[in-house]
Amino acid sequence: MIEVKNLDKSFGDKSVLRNMDTTFYPGKINVVIGASGSGKSVLMKCMVGLIEPDKGQILYDGKDFLNIDYDKKREIRKELGMLFQGSALFDSLSVEENVEFPLKMFSEMKKEERLERVNFCLNRVKLDKANKLYPSELSGGMKKRVGIARAIALNPKYLFCDEPNSGLDPVTSRVIDSLIEEITEEYNITTIMNSHDMKTLFDIGDYVSFIYKGELEFTGGIEDFRNNDSPRIAEFLGASYFQR
Amino acid sequence: MLLFQHFGRYLLFLSSMFSKPEKPMIYVRRTFSEMVEIGINSLPIVAIIALFSGGVSTIQTSYQLIASWISKTVIGSIVSDTVILEFAPTITCLVLAGKVGSSIASEIGTMKVSEQVDALEVMGINSIGYLALPKIIAGVIMVPLLIVCAMFLGIWGGIMAGNFTGILPSEMFLEGARASFKTFNVVFALIKATSFGFLITSISCFQGYYTEGGALEVGKSSTNAVVYSSVMVLFADYVIAQLFL
Repeated sequence: MIEVKNLDKSFGDKSVLRNMDTTFYPGKINVVIGASGSGKSVLMKCMVGLIEPDKGQILYDGKDFLNIDYDKKREIRKELGMLFQGSALFDSLSVEENVEFPLKMFSEMKKEERLERVNFCLNRVKLDKANKLYPSELSGGMKKRVGIARAIALNPKYLFCDEPNSGLDPVTSRVIDSLIEEITEEYNITTIMNSHDMKTLFDIGDYVSFIYKGELEFTGGIEDFRNNDSPRIAEFLGASYFQR
Repeated sequence: MLLFQHFGRYLLFLSSMFSKPEKPMIYVRRTFSEMVEIGINSLPIVAIIALFSGGVSTIQTSYQLIASWISKTVIGSIVSDTVILEFAPTITCLVLAGKVGSSIASEIGTMKVSEQVDALEVMGINSIGYLALPKIIAGVIMVPLLIVCAMFLGIWGGIMAGNFTGILPSEMFLEGARASFKTFNVVFALIKATSFGFLITSISCFQGYYTEGGALEVGKSSTNAVVYSSVMVLFADYVIAQLFL
């Protein structure tokens, strides 16, 4: 479980997150939604340690991520997997080497064991004939799948997905959605997903945090969100193609 | 004020490279691979520059020494000293600043803008240490070796040019070169080469690492890496000469 408490972040005079207070549950897909520029990505970057917040707490199963030393923070980071918006695969490494990379850096596995794990992960994301290809030779959907395979290579406890469907066609989006859903349930991962896609939210989301201009407008279950009478939520839902 | 700000940021960048590595052998392997990239792959361009600069300095020195009472062995002395003291370390490093510097800055800059650096950080890897340290160590080791090659090839180019043009035979060139040879000159050149190797790689890594934006900014970082490392090579050249000579 990840708890975010009273989190504030500003860039210069511009306040991006204010008094952010929400919880992300294990074995569930916790979707963070909001308009562009609302602060979703900044929240995710604060949670994984890429941006330092001005104030507040981020608790990973009770461990305060912001107030522990570098080594302990690194231990928590080894339990994180992240799927980036642009996949962020290492250009100079093949698909196999990309998935093997975290295993090489952090596990004591031998080469054969690592390759076995790589093949398992690639097989899990239904990408078993691309081991020797390079990122430049992959389609957007394949890149995302390799990104997921790399993210789950070390059996993470927490999976962060930053706009996993952006730039993908609807069919591939659904494939990625179901992969994330299956993996979350299978390994009891705390999945946090930033998304604009309302279909993704209602298809696979369990909990939702709705951010409006840097402030948390709603946090709770999907049904409560759907039935909420807040005009801001209604406006957001009404504007989405899915609801029309 | 901005200059001090950049310099402070550069020092912080250098200091954050040093943390306990996850798997030291991975860093050693990366350093060897960077040594090939920075050293072996730069050998052809270094060889061409050294050969031609040595050859041209033989021809120009002979053109300037027109008095008949000056022994032609002086040409060998002047050319070999110039090659060892200045041409091999400085000219070669200016070219390396272009070749190696732009390549390092654009590689790290592209990784930065495409979130690959963020991916390393999220995994718990010290991205500065992982990306920059092997390149800097490789630069500090390989640039002096390239300079030693440039010294030999520069002098050989001078001898060849003397032979082909009939300015002086190789025996006379070597006689002059031997007469003026000082071991200190080679040590001095290697001190310069080590410093230049450090400056070129560290400045280029720094420029690449702090790239923000997209393709345009990667290009700007690459240009800045070449410009700043070239200027710093020339500045360090002056400071080292002032300190040691």
